[in-house]
Amino acid sequence: MEIPDAWMNGLNGGVIIGVAAALLLLVNGRIAGISGIVSRLTPPEVFVTPRATRLTSLAFIVGLVSMPVLWKYISDAPQISVTDDLVTVIFGGFLVGIGTSLGNGCTSGHGVCGLSRGSLRSAVAVGVFIATAAITVTVMRHGLSGML
Amino acid sequence: MMRSILVSCLSGLLFGAGLVVSDMINPARVLAFLDVLGAWDPTLGFVMVGALFPMSIAWALVRRLGRRTIMGDTVIIPKGTPIDRKLIGGAAIFGVGWGLVGLCPGPALAALGLGEPSVWLFVAAMLMGIAARKVFARM
Repeated sequence: MEIPDAWMNGLNGGVIIGVAAALLLLVNGRIAGISGIVSRLTPPEVFVTPRATRLTSLAFIVGLVSMPVLWKYISDAPQISVTDDLVTVIFGGFLVGIGTSLGNGCTSGHGVCGLSRGSLRSAVAVGVFIATAAITVTVMRHGLSGML
Repeated sequence: MMRSILVSCLSGLLFGAGLVVSDMINPARVLAFLDVLGAWDPTLGFVMVGALFPMSIAWALVRRLGRRTIMGDTVIIPKGTPIDRKLIGGAAIFGVGWGLVGLCPGPALAALGLGEPSVWLFVAAMLMGIAARKVFARM
């Protein structure tokens, strides 16, 4: 049986993400939790974020945003497919903001960094957000009857 | 200070490369993982497994160094707050938003430069959500 390219790319990309997070942890002593990094740069929290943390957080975001743009010089430009239903996009973004702030983490903080640390808190958070996300997609695509 | 800034930027660049290589920058790929009753695509699972390898080694190293970095600085570990309604409620709300669009904070930021207005709106709404929660928490 041949392993699909997408799965291998997933594994390789995952290792790169893990190395990125490991670098931040081992050299800077910080968790690569994107929602936390964003929160530290967003009002009102940004007003109490220490200057050094503001600069390192901003540097991380600059790198994160730049790489996909620069990717066309390395390989094919990334192609993405995202809904253009504005109500869904705005509502979804708002919920992601509230939820990650309330739950103190997202896929990177609880997922990559928390799970690898063996944090029970993160394991619970990951289980809950994957469950509600899967339920949401199922209801959206297959209707409520798909749930039964 | 300069070293921390450069390392952060390099980490962000690598993180972005990982999201591109794994295709996790693409909401359609993420939604295909979450669509368990549809044509299920396990790629996101492979990404998580791949990321856990280097990070498990990194944590083991940090423990061996006595919660310090290789430079000798203290590692800032999230506070061991309990598993409470806030954590579970927050994760549940995040999951619904993630499932609606297929974007979580990392890929949303990484995709900002790809010319999709939906991504810009998503990030703007996400920042509003973070700000609203923080303001509300103070009241």
